[in-house]
Amino acid sequence: MPAVTETIETVQAVTESTYKWGFETDIDMEFAPKGLSEDIVRFISAKKEEPAWLLEWRLRAFAAWQKMEEPRWPAVKYPPIDYQDAYYYAAPKQKAAPKSLDEVDPELLRTYEKLGIPLREQAILAGVEGAGETPADSRMPIAVDAVFDSVSVATTFKDRLEKDGIIFCPISEAVKTHPELVQKYLGSVVPQGDNFFAALNSAVFTDGSFVYIPKGVRCPMELSTYFRINAKSTGQFERTLIIADEGSYVSYLEGCTAPMRDENQLHAAVVELVAMDDATIKYSTVQNWYPGDAEGKGGIYNFVTKRGACRGARSKISWTQVETGSAITWKYPSCILQGEDSVGEFYSVAITNNYQQADTGTKMFHIGPRTKSTIVSKGISAGHGQNTYRGLVRIGAKATGARNFTQCDSLLIGDLCGAHTVPYIENRCLSAKVEHEATTSRIAEDQLFYCRQRGLSQEDAVGLIVNGFCREVLKELPMEFAVEAQKLLQISLEGSVG
Amino acid sequence: MLEIKGLTAEVDGKPILKGIDLVVPQGEVHAIMGPNGSGKSTLSYVLSGRDGYEATGGEALFHGQDLLAMEPEERAAAGVFLAFQYPVELPGVGNATFLRTALNAIRRAKGESELDAMQFLKLARERMKALSMNDEMLKRGVNVGFSGGEKKRNEILQMALLQPKLAILDETDSGLDIDALKIVADGVNAMRGPNFSALVITHYQRLLDYIVPDRVHVLMGGRIVRSGGPDLAKELEAQGYGAIQAAA
Repeated sequence: MPAVTETIETVQAVTESTYKWGFETDIDMEFAPKGLSEDIVRFISAKKEEPAWLLEWRLRAFAAWQKMEEPRWPAVKYPPIDYQDAYYYAAPKQKAAPKSLDEVDPELLRTYEKLGIPLREQAILAGVEGAGETPADSRMPIAVDAVFDSVSVATTFKDRLEKDGIIFCPISEAVKTHPELVQKYLGSVVPQGDNFFAALNSAVFTDGSFVYIPKGVRCPMELSTYFRINAKSTGQFERTLIIADEGSYVSYLEGCTAPMRDENQLHAAVVELVAMDDATIKYSTVQNWYPGDAEGKGGIYNFVTKRGACRGARSKISWTQVETGSAITWKYPSCILQGEDSVGEFYSVAITNNYQQADTGTKMFHIGPRTKSTIVSKGISAGHGQNTYRGLVRIGAKATGARNFTQCDSLLIGDLCGAHTVPYIENRCLSAKVEHEATTSRIAEDQLFYCRQRGLSQEDAVGLIVNGFCREVLKELPMEFAVEAQKLLQISLEGSVG
Repeated sequence: MLEIKGLTAEVDGKPILKGIDLVVPQGEVHAIMGPNGSGKSTLSYVLSGRDGYEATGGEALFHGQDLLAMEPEERAAAGVFLAFQYPVELPGVGNATFLRTALNAIRRAKGESELDAMQFLKLARERMKALSMNDEMLKRGVNVGFSGGEKKRNEILQMALLQPKLAILDETDSGLDIDALKIVADGVNAMRGPNFSALVITHYQRLLDYIVPDRVHVLMGGRIVRSGGPDLAKELEAQGYGAIQAAA
C-alpha cells in the first residue's frame, strides 16, 4: 500500500541524528589495562577496596565464566565479541569520593544536566536553593544514583531517605557500610554461574545501586539509577540489588544512554530483587542505549539478567520496561514466585528500528500456592528491526490454584522487519490456569489516513497509534516517566516509524 | 467554494471518475446520489487525498487552492472534513486525546493557540451537549467498541469541533436508525451558514428529508449525469436510478 511505502521512506529518511543523547563527555578517566583476566578481577576488587569474601566471590564467578559459552539460542545475530578487546574498568579521575555535589567534577554535572537528570534536586529538598518556590517544585522528588561508566558519581536524597531507615547508595559503598546485607543477598537470586553474561558481570561488576527498605516502610519517593556509558571501548557491568523487607514498598526506575560510536559496546548488567512478606517492588526501566546508526553500525549490546524473588507471602514484584535503544537487547526480567499468594508482573514495550534486534520477554516461576502472574508484551518492529518475545511460564507441582495471563502483541511497520513470539508454558499443577493471547498487526493505511484527514501529520499519526498500542504498558510507569516514555517512543518512532 | 473541473481518477489502475464537473458555492449543501459503484466514495477520497485514489486529470480548487496538490493533513487544515463511511478504530487511543490532538493540529495550522486539556474538555462537553451525546464517549478508545450509530455520531462530533469549511459526508446515513439519523442531520444543519458548505453523499433519499440540499447531483459511471433541486432526490426515490440511466 502506498501509505506504508511512505512510512518506510520516512523511516529510512531518519538517521542517527534523532538520538539526542549521543554526545561524549571529555573528562580525565582512569582505566584498567585492556582485557579480561584474573588479574583484572583482582584489580577491580582492589580499586573498590573490597573485603576478601567479595574478591573470592568474583574469582569463583570468573572461573565459572571461563568454562561457559555465550548463549546461541536468542534470535539475534552479531559478530563474535572479543572479550579481551575492551576495558573492564573506567572511572572519572577524582581525588577522593565526593562528599557533596560541589566536589563532583563540574563536567560530570553538566553531562547529567544535558541528559536532564536532576542531580541538583537534593539541594532543593534540603531547603538550600529556593525550596518550594513554585508549586511545580512541590511535586514528589526523585532520588537519583548516577553511574558513569564504572562508578557511581553521585547519589541524591540519601540523608532524607536515611531518616526512614532506607538505604540507597552505590553498591560499592554498601559493601563497606552494610556488608552483612550485601553478603547475604548478593547472588541469592542470580547466582554467579547463572548464565554466561551473569557470570561475566559477577566477575567484573564495578558499580550499581543498592536499596534496602526496612520493615513496614513505604519509600516516600521514586528511586532511580541513571546509567551512562561514556568512555570508548569499555563495557558497563553494573549490579543492582534491591531488598524490600516485610510490608515495605518501593518504586524504582532506571534509565540509560550512551554516546554514538561506530563500535559496539557491551552492557551486561545484573539486577536482583528480593521481596519479603507483603512487600512490593515496582521496577521500571526506560532503556535508551545508543541503538546504532541507520545502517546498523555501532550501538550497545544490552545483555542483561534481571530477576526478582517473591520470597514472602503476598509479596509482589512488577517489572515494567520500555526498550527503545541498544543494537541488541537480550533480557528477560523474571519473577520467582515462592511466597504463597505472591504476584509477578511483566509489562514491556520493545521497539526495534533500522537494524536493531531484541530478544526479550520474561520468566515466571510459580512455586507457591495461589501465585499469580501477568505478562503484557508489546513489540514494535520497523525498518529492518527484529523483535522476539521469548517467555517462560513454569508452574510447579505445589503451585495449586496458580494463575497466569499472557498477552503478546506485535506491531509491524513496513515489510522488512520481523516479529516473533516464542512462549514456553510448563505446567505441573492440574489446578493452575494459564492463558496466552497473541496478536500481530500492522499500522493500517486506513488508520493513518483517518488521523491525517483530521489534520495530524504522518509522524504524529504514527506516534499516536503506537502510543495507543502501548497504552496498557505505559500506564504502569510512574506518571512522570510515562510522559518521558511517550516522548521517547515518539522520538524513536520519528526514527523508527514515521 | 469548491470547484471541480474535468476530474478523472483511478484506483488500482482502473478509471473510476471519468470527468466530474461540480461547483459547490460557499454556504450551500449539495447532495451526490448514485448507485453502488458509481464512484461516490472515490470522489470523497480523491478530494480528501487518500493514497491509492489517484487523480489522473482535471482539477479541484478549494477557495482557489489546488486541493489535489496538498497532503491530506494540509487539506484538513484548509477546512476539508471527511465524515467516513466506515470510521476507523484506533485501539488504546483515547477519544478525547485524539479529538484534542486533531483540533490542536488544525488550530496550529491556522495560527491559533492550542487548547489545553481543560479548555478542550469544556468545549467538547458543550458540543456534545448540543448533539445530545454522552461525554462518556470521550473516555473510550477512538471508535473502539462503538456501535455503528455511535461511530457516525463521533464523526459529527469531530466535525462540530473542527469547524470545517467543507464537510464531505460519505454515506453517513448508512446503518443508522431514525434517531441517530436525526442527530447526525441536526449536527450538519447546525453548521449550516455562509461559511460552511457540504457534499452529502448518499444512496438514499431518506437523509435528504432531514438535511435538505440546495442542489442534488446524480453520479453514475464516474460522471455527473443529472443535476437539479431537492425534488430530484424525490424523483430518484420514486423512479430508481434505472430511469435516469435510460434517459442519460
